[in-house]
Amino acid sequence: MITLVDYRAGNLASVRKAFEHLGCETAITEDPDVVRRARHVVLPGVGHFAATEQLTKAGLRDAVAEAVSQGANFLGICVGMQWMFRDSTEAPGVDGLGLIEGTVERFPPDAKVPHVGWNTLESRGQSRILHNVPSPSFVYYTHSYRAPVVTETVGVTEYGMPFSGVVEKANCFGVQFHPEKSGPAGLKILENFAKL
Amino acid sequence: MLTKRIIACLDCHAGRVVKGVQFVNLCDAGDPAELARMHAENGADEIVLLDITATHEARKTLVDTVLRTARELFVPFTVGGGIRSLDDASAVFDAGCDKITINSAAVANSQVITAIAKRFGSQAVVLAIDAKRKSVEAGNSKLEAEVYVSGGRKPTGLDAIEWAKEVESRGAGEIMLTSMDRDGTRAGFDCELTSAIAGTVSIPVIASGGAGSVQHFVEVFREGHADAALAASVFHFGIESIGELKQQLQNEGIPMRWPI
Repeated sequence: MITLVDYRAGNLASVRKAFEHLGCETAITEDPDVVRRARHVVLPGVGHFAATEQLTKAGLRDAVAEAVSQGANFLGICVGMQWMFRDSTEAPGVDGLGLIEGTVERFPPDAKVPHVGWNTLESRGQSRILHNVPSPSFVYYTHSYRAPVVTETVGVTEYGMPFSGVVEKANCFGVQFHPEKSGPAGLKILENFAKL
Repeated sequence: MLTKRIIACLDCHAGRVVKGVQFVNLCDAGDPAELARMHAENGADEIVLLDITATHEARKTLVDTVLRTARELFVPFTVGGGIRSLDDASAVFDAGCDKITINSAAVANSQVITAIAKRFGSQAVVLAIDAKRKSVEAGNSKLEAEVYVSGGRKPTGLDAIEWAKEVESRGAGEIMLTSMDRDGTRAGFDCELTSAIAGTVSIPVIASGGAGSVQHFVEVFREGHADAALAASVFHFGIESIGELKQQLQNEGIPMRWPI
């Protein structure tokens, strides 16, 4: 059962459809108790980092933290991945989960922003989430802010300079691109997560 | 490296893909869900589905076609044609598409751009601009193109370049620029107009209208400075294989997502 967290930040339909195509059962919820008991938690999200404040307000931040500490597998997509970090300059004062040290920042002005389209993802070291995903692979990005390369970075993309395309820390995973829109490579990533 | 995108477009009428020349004389080209899946498998970076009857005939629900098509598609999927409001947009997003494109509705009231962008994000709003060159007097080298709406039938008096700036400021995430002069002719994209628009905005520009050969794509990326190029009949009737096209573009040094 893949539990998709609804915090009113964009389009859940595509992510749900991708997991269902892979044969997974899915549930969409905004109930912290459901999230607390989940084994696979997915946090999608497009738009603004400020939208993650809703997670704190709805009790979902605590629920996710608890689920993760009980061994649940967590996947953050796009803003969902950014939220795994400490914070973002896009929304000063809004706290991320703080699972990974670092601040999400806007692309520098010399790059055309937003970063939209297919770009190359290169694997870094061994990771469970990128198991059997060819390196390099093409994945689909659409964002203006990005996370720096850190210890937990297992996939790197270059746009102006390298940034975190994929992060992995214990049972928590984050992807900056949209795996549900990234063709075969994206589906493989979702499949890897579902099989944990 | 960020690649240039090749987008396959399906013009749909009553749930069937159709093709015509310069917006008239339509003929059947197949089932949208099948064609979309085929193009994606063959390397299309994105699929655009346009309901072309939308703005001048009573429109049957597009939602069912979107649902069927989205089901097996895992590349970005954009839907447009007769989307007038936030409600219309929501309906097709719920059916599974990733972006919407609007044209006439935005010209009628540019606030609809902002409303949809606010709810779904700018990245989900593609502004379609249908432009026709204006004839200029001898000695006047200024490029002028007029924006048309309602399936290319109604001139608006708006300048295409000014309009592009306006929609960007309202929250559009991308511009899909169709040259009405070149559409369906297979005589090449309007690279000059594309370049003028690309130089005016910082959001991506998708070139549309006129694709007929590999060379046309090379030109629209090199001289037109397009971020993406869209084509329809050349792909549906198998005139150009998307894979071959991408391989050749790659050989020409244009960054491509290939092989997929």
